Formats: sequence, C-alpha cells, structure tokens
Amino acid sequence: MTATSDDLYQDLIMDRARNPRHAGQLEPFDAEAQGDNPMCGDRVMLRLRYDGTRVGALMHETRGCAICIAAADLMADAVIDFEPAAAFDLADQFDSMISTGSAPEQSSFAKLRAFSGVHLYRSRHRCAMLPWQALRIALSQKTDLYHE
Amino acid sequence: MSTAVLREMSFDVDRIRADFPILAQKVYGRDLVFLDSAASAQKPKVVIDAMVSTMESRYANVHRGLHWMSERCSDDFEAARDKVAHFLNADRNEIVFVRNATEGINLVAQTFGRKTLGHGSAVVVSEMEHHANLVPWQMLRDQQGSELRVVKITDAGEIDFTDLERQFSDGRVKLLAVTHMSNVLGTYTPVERLAEFAHAHGAKILIDGAQAVVHRAVDVKAIDADFYVFSGHKLYGPTGIGVLYGRRELLDQMPPFMGGGEMIRSVSYAGSTWAEPPYRFEAGTPAIIEAIGLGAAIDYVSAIGFEAISAHERLLTDHAMATLAALKGVQTIGHAQDRGGVVSFTVEGIHSHDVATLLDKQGIAVRAGFHCAEPLVRRLGLESTTRASFGVYTTTSEIDALATGLRRVQQVFGQ
Repeated sequence: MTATSDDLYQDLIMDRARNPRHAGQLEPFDAEAQGDNPMCGDRVMLRLRYDGTRVGALMHETRGCAICIAAADLMADAVIDFEPAAAFDLADQFDSMISTGSAPEQSSFAKLRAFSGVHLYRSRHRCAMLPWQALRIALSQKTDLYHE
Repeated sequence: MSTAVLREMSFDVDRIRADFPILAQKVYGRDLVFLDSAASAQKPKVVIDAMVSTMESRYANVHRGLHWMSERCSDDFEAARDKVAHFLNADRNEIVFVRNATEGINLVAQTFGRKTLGHGSAVVVSEMEHHANLVPWQMLRDQQGSELRVVKITDAGEIDFTDLERQFSDGRVKLLAVTHMSNVLGTYTPVERLAEFAHAHGAKILIDGAQAVVHRAVDVKAIDADFYVFSGHKLYGPTGIGVLYGRRELLDQMPPFMGGGEMIRSVSYAGSTWAEPPYRFEAGTPAIIEAIGLGAAIDYVSAIGFEAISAHERLLTDHAMATLAALKGVQTIGHAQDRGGVVSFTVEGIHSHDVATLLDKQGIAVRAGFHCAEPLVRRLGLESTTRASFGVYTTTSEIDALATGLRRVQQVFGQ
C-alpha cells in the first residue's frame, strides 16, 4: 500500500475498528442519540451518562466502516470527563480538522489526530464526522438531568 | 482455443481503449483501472471532438435563429434525434430529449401519471429499482392518492412472476415501471414478457434502460414498450442529456411537463396552446452540445456493434464471477440467468467504504454503498456492497487487478 493509504488506515484506527473499547449499550443512561448516513447506511447509536456535570460514560453501537467505528470509539475516549461545553468545542475542532487537514495542538486531541488523513478523502468525511454529529444531539438533550 | 478467446481477440479491446484518452490517466502513480462505468462511462475522443467542434465552428441556439449558424446547429441537433430514433427503432417524433433517465421518469410521472394514474389506480415497480424509478412514483402516489406496489424478486435476483400475477390480480394496476437491467445485481429483466404481461392486464409499461442500453441492442417496437428511458452519460456520451421514448399515441395525449419556450404553439396573455411531441416536452433551450455528443456516442457504439459488445461483456462478467468466487471471504450478489456487466460483492468483515478506498489507493475505481437502491440492498439483507462494472474498454486483466487489489485490502485488515 502507498504511504497515503497508511495515513488513513493508521494502526490506532485499525485497532479501534477491530476492538472498540466503548462498544455496547450503556445502562443506565441520561441521553441517547443516533447518527445516520443515508448515502451508505452507516449508523451510530450513542448513549451517555453524566457524572456530575461531566460526561461520565459514553458507549456506542456503530454499524459502519473502519473509519466510522474508530471515530466513535476514540471520540468516547476523548470526551469522557469533559463538560458538555468542552465536548462541543472538541466536536467543532474535529470537524475543522476533517475539513482543513490541520489538527489543534492540545493534548486532549492527541489520539484524534489519527483522523487528520481523512481530510484527503472527501467521500469519507462523513464517516469520521457521523459519531460527532450524534454526540452533539446527545449533549443537547437532558442537560438539566445532571447527577448531583 | 476457445470461442470466448477468439471473440475477445476479434473485439480488439486495445484499439478501443486507444479511443478513450482518459484511460491513459495515472491514479496515485498507478495505471487507472476504471471499474465504475455503471455509474458513468468514460468518453471516446469522437464524442469529445463532436462537442468541441460544435462549439468551435457552428454553435448557436436551435430552432430560433434565422442564420447560418443556427441552421447548422439545428441540423446537427435534429440529426442526433434521428440517431437516437434509429438506435431504439422508434419514430423521431417519439424521442424526447431530457437531462437523464431520472428526468424522463419524472416527466412520465408528472404528465402521463397525473392524467392517468388517479385515486383507485396503482403503479407497480420491482424490488430492484434504482431510486430514480421508485421515488417519482412515491411522489405521484402522494399527489394523486394512487397506490404504489412493489413486486418481489427471487433470491437469485429475478422478477418473481407469481408475485407479479398477485400484484395485478385486482385489475387496478395501470402502469408497470421496471428496470431493464439492475444497477446492483446486473440482472436483465425479460422486458418483452413483462410488456406482454402488462398489456394483457390493461396496463402500460415504462422501462428504465439506463443500464441495459449500454450493453445490448434495444428495439422498443420488438419489446412493445410504452415508455423507455436512458441517460447519455452511461452510454459513453456527455452528462446533461438523456432520452425518453414514448409511444406516439401516448405522447400525443400527455400534457406538457414544464412551460416555456419551444414547447408552445401559440401564446397570449389569456393562455397558450402546446406544440406537438416531442417539442411539447422540451421547454427552454435544450442541451444542444450534449445531444450532439450523444449522437456521436451512438455512432461510436453502433460502429463497434452490440453483438461484439455483448460478447465482450459476457466474457468479462463470467471472468469476474469466477475470479471473485475464488477469493476467500468475497461473496458475489445476485445470480440471475441473464445478467450483464455489473458485479456487486461483499468482503467478509470489511465495510464496502473501506474496500473502495483501499482499492482506490491502488488505482482501482469501484463504487461502494447503496448504489441508489437502498431498499434493494436492504432486501438482500446487506448493509452495503462494493460494485465493479464494465464497459467496452474493460479488460480481463483489470478484473485480475481487482482480485489482487482485494487480497491487499484483506491484508490491511489482517485477514
């Protein structure tokens, strides 16, 4: 395979696609959301639970390609322990990285940089962004139900 | 030496490939292996030249200007209509230029459909339609209160005639709208038999020929088709031009699709009267250059001949089915008796998007996903498929390259 292809299917992405760490149905949960890509049938189902005002747990059931599954899983890694506002910021930064190809420097973004190569594949942008789209919907729900 | 090999040699695919400038293109530094002709085919030099030559030497609007340029351009535009008519064995007045097959179907839905398919009547489509031959009928159903029925296909990917009998049994079906060749399964439907069946039940038949017209000769009279649609861009012609064939007596009775110039006989503030078909359905300046390009494409495929094209593509399809079947973890979809140069498949444990991207990096262009036929892919119990499709320029060694490419994809996924 060429170098560019390796850029897309990095070891971290392939590892999470094969063995996602946050796959499954979270119980109990405070919010859930679904992301669909009508072009290909990919679907991400998310459930999250708050721990105080922070995201305490997030699990996903993803039916899709390697990029989509890994994006959902590494997203969960990244946003757990984040306040919703910070998670929204991360979602915006992720979208921006996919659109522009350049990633922010901060440490919270470390693993997410694995997806910077997706920028070069216009047809695959939605694969990576779909979980984040579902996350935004989930974060927008039930924000008054934070556990005390 | 087998007959198949002799046929391929007489076909001379190398000479044909030389007619397509784009096939010399390198992708990621590799030779292009273009296996996505069912989405849109590449263009031979004669098509490109016909369009450029029109723009460089005699371009003007058609049917309007009283000057040399407009006369020449109108002659060429109408000559393209004659070529299409000859190509389908139709009368030139039965050939309506549209943007593509999709527009042709929408035109029939919104003119013939609105007039004929009211409350209490039903349209039948098959389970293997492209969205283009499903959604316009759903829209009509919602506008008119008519019914939309879906005839089943067998697991092999062929029309289930027992179910067809059932769908037609109450006598309410007024139109059968069906593909001539599935863009996912490659199945050819028995359109002569379907037309006879529809007519025997008092219904008309619309045939979506977007895929079929590329691979075999179509005779709308022999089929006894009422409507037949296809797109220019899949037939080695340009985008933006397609064809609706309509039986003359049906077109005569149909109201216009869109209003504007060209489609009228007379206009006053009080009202307007309509031109005769096909002009009644061609409002506004048509795709002049594209129609001329389509005419050149028809000349091109006609010169090769559909007997040779069909034989070549049969060879390719047989080779692809055998080659893919030999690959562990690769499953081909659809096994109709009569099928053409479209092969869909799945690779175990690897999503079609990943397959397509990893093939692309090796210079191999395929399509992945639903192929604009989501209900069919679901009916087959699949999430998505990868599709390789063939044209006159496709070679057996490109199919071998696909097989090698698929093995590399599997390696990337640790298989």
